[in-house]
Amino acid sequence: MTARCSRSLQCLSIFARSTKSKVAPHRTYSSAAPANARLNLPVDFSSTPILHQSSKSILANPELPESVRKNSKTTRTNLFQAVNSALRHALSTDDRVLLFGEDVAFGGVFRCSMNLSTDFGSERVFNTPLCEQAIVGFAIGCAAEGMKPVAEIQFADYVYPAFDQLVNEAAKMRYRAGGTGMDCGGMVVRMPTGSVGHGALYHSQSPESLFTHIPGLRVIIPRSPSQAKGLLLAAIASPDPVIFMEPKVLYRAAVEQVPNDPYTLPLDKADILKTGQDITVISYGTPLYHCSNAIEAAEKDFGVSCELIDLRTIYPWDRKTVLESVSKTGRAIVVHESMVNAGVGAEVAATIQEGAFLRLEAPVQRVCGWSTHMGMAYEKFNIPDVVRIYDSIRKVAHY
Amino acid sequence: MSARLSGTLNCVRRSTAVRSTSSTTALRSNSQTWRRWQSISQRPGSDRVHFPGAVNSRFTTSLNFQGTSADSAMPTYRILDQDGIVVDRNRAPLDVTDDQALRWYKDMLTVSIMDNIMFEAQRQGRLSFYMVSAGEEGIAVGSAAALLPDDVIFAQYRETGVFQTRGFTLDDFMSQLFANKHDSGRARNMPVHYGSRKLNIHTISSPLATQIPQAAGAAYALKMQDAGNPDRPLDKRRVVACYFGEGAASEGDFHGALNIAATRSCPVIFICRNNGYAISTSTLEQYRGDGIASRGIGYGIDTIRVDGNDIFAVREATARAREMALRDGGKPVLIEAMSYRVSHHSTSDDSYAYRAKVEVEDWKRRDNPITRLRKWMENKGVWDEAKEQEARSRIRKEVLGAFAKAEKEKRPPLRAMFEDVYAEMTEEAEGQVQQLKDVLKRYPNEYDLGDYDGGLDGLEKKPR
Ligand SMILES: Cc1ncc(C[n+]2csc(CCOP(=O)(O)OP(=O)(O)O)c2C)c(N)n1
Ligand SMILES: [Mg+2]
Repeated sequence: MTARCSRSLQCLSIFARSTKSKVAPHRTYSSAAPANARLNLPVDFSSTPILHQSSKSILANPELPESVRKNSKTTRTNLFQAVNSALRHALSTDDRVLLFGEDVAFGGVFRCSMNLSTDFGSERVFNTPLCEQAIVGFAIGCAAEGMKPVAEIQFADYVYPAFDQLVNEAAKMRYRAGGTGMDCGGMVVRMPTGSVGHGALYHSQSPESLFTHIPGLRVIIPRSPSQAKGLLLAAIASPDPVIFMEPKVLYRAAVEQVPNDPYTLPLDKADILKTGQDITVISYGTPLYHCSNAIEAAEKDFGVSCELIDLRTIYPWDRKTVLESVSKTGRAIVVHESMVNAGVGAEVAATIQEGAFLRLEAPVQRVCGWSTHMGMAYEKFNIPDVVRIYDSIRKVAHY
Repeated sequence: MSARLSGTLNCVRRSTAVRSTSSTTALRSNSQTWRRWQSISQRPGSDRVHFPGAVNSRFTTSLNFQGTSADSAMPTYRILDQDGIVVDRNRAPLDVTDDQALRWYKDMLTVSIMDNIMFEAQRQGRLSFYMVSAGEEGIAVGSAAALLPDDVIFAQYRETGVFQTRGFTLDDFMSQLFANKHDSGRARNMPVHYGSRKLNIHTISSPLATQIPQAAGAAYALKMQDAGNPDRPLDKRRVVACYFGEGAASEGDFHGALNIAATRSCPVIFICRNNGYAISTSTLEQYRGDGIASRGIGYGIDTIRVDGNDIFAVREATARAREMALRDGGKPVLIEAMSYRVSHHSTSDDSYAYRAKVEVEDWKRRDNPITRLRKWMENKGVWDEAKEQEARSRIRKEVLGAFAKAEKEKRPPLRAMFEDVYAEMTEEAEGQVQQLKDVLKRYPNEYDLGDYDGGLDGLEKKPR
């Protein structure tokens, strides 16, 4: 199709008949950045400091076991491959590990379980009927009797039928059983989460705060492939039930060097991605990339120095690292995609207010999704973008 | 159970019945329960059990677990064979006029042609997502043809033919697909999540099976409203039709829905499209019983299995189900319509990752609701190749015309992002509108508002 006749009937009928799709100058569903934008540019995953672009950089991570840092080879890996590699390692080293969920056997709709059913057998890696409450209840039962089930919920948006099993059962099992010593530790419920720009009401939700309200569940959101691998292996090893939410927009987009050897990362530590003196920016998952870009611009423009913290374990969370940072900087901004009302930001802000009140130079800011649903045509105005984070830094810097 | 014990239970039931409500319907069903409870007292020497949970079960001395077997599978109702020929020569004449058949044929053809065009448009990045109905056009069009405009519909997503048959226009489809300002869903939903108050079809929701218990409740509402309403004589009473896939029928919501619909005698027709797949999961992994139909029986619901490639059979079964649903104060009916998902699940799916191409090709060759009806019409002499070509090219032109128009339209005003969360926008949300406006104003180069009706101004409160 040529530019000249893109909108005409004849040309449209050509595209419907043609087998090869040609690019036409029509409005695409995902619009490009405005011509003069300086801040709201697409994240450049090949240069962002959030990802380890070199082997040397990832192997310098002090959280990795020394043997990995010294000996491991690394491979450029995206997030779904990193999840796959963690699952593969868990399945091959521990017979108790099972992997199941809707459409898991052929590799999963996001390819996280690719080849695992073939390699580990359909007794251990299998499709379930389409029933989230059964998937999670089944996982709890497996875990309660000594297995290590990794259950997949196809989208975080579809976890709600399993809410009862998670909130009333998984979270409370150890407490309820008391001295009997029965629990469902070893269970991990994985689910793709977050906005993709066009997922609308039911493919872009970030429901983490519904679970961070529930003591007994661990809630984890990795920001990158190397983090996903180490945190997922730690989740499978954890004695507590874990909700592991994978930012689905990063599955293919985020690529970095990941150690080939297995390793776990701590489930009780936030990660300081960048140190700074004046402002603490706290986030997790996808918005960290936008925070990083906003910080870069703000540091240039306003001459401030920002510290960037990835919570990674959203609940229970590393209060100490955050309070220490804010005690140093005196200013804090919390950023997340999900709705601001009663979100994770509210908990973090209240904790800062309680624990670092006398050090605060400005009110804690929250840059989050608005208190509405994820309408498809409005997603990019709903989730925090670089501009809103940058503007929030400007605001607290000049408070 | 002794007479004395059951007498006590009766008393408990009666007192709840008296206390519970003054609504006549509720009283009637409570008195039914009351009768059932009375009948459970066991006569000495009876050959039957009178447990409250199974009031007419024969005693047996053979230790026999009942199972299912392949030969006991519920039969599949059809009228036409694959060549479009009426199978039962002795049956009553078909109550189908040529005009009706032609209209349904064109409805199926329109869905099919629109599907091909939109699938390709998605591949070009013009919309984010699309789902086709290939192979299932007959289920949607055939069932919708048996419903009345006042009937209320809950759909899953592969029922474009229901919308088409009820009068959703090509402009309506295209406005939703391109999320423009004429979309009645206000550009909030993913493509193919249509809805229409005018056509009494609730807006499609992605979470599977949630619509099924809602359909039962809606049917109960219609029953309460229509009973004794002089504007609704028996032949004007309404039913609810509820569509879902065989995969969705694994959800707890399906089971709860059938049971509550049965116990509350709701005039609802549950229409399951069994197309063999739920994304990559075949029915072999989805269930072990005799399809979805066998579950209807388990819940005490009259059930039929039909050949989904036979539009006449689907339509006749739905028409009969509609009558049954309204009879005797109302009851649910379950239809399991068998077909094959010829297409990929959606534009996000490549089904050759989990099924062989030959399987699909075989199915396509063997049978299809559109060609079956076409053969019937050709046998009758009301259709031929020239008419086919003319119809196809006309429909294509109409679809492409609506496409071109809708794609150019602006999106709704930005304020629509915040509206309709509550009936009235909250003070909190109003503050957020102002925050967003402030950012958009101060960083004009960072945002492209040209696509949205009214640009920045579109955030202002306007009378709607
Ligand atoms: C509660 C819920 N879980 C999972 C999904 C993801 N999903 C969308 S369609 C689909 C398969 C549905 O299969 P079926 O009901 O048979 O309908 P079909 O696509 O075959 O028409 C799945 C798993 C969802 N939309 N909602
Ligand atoms: Mg199906």
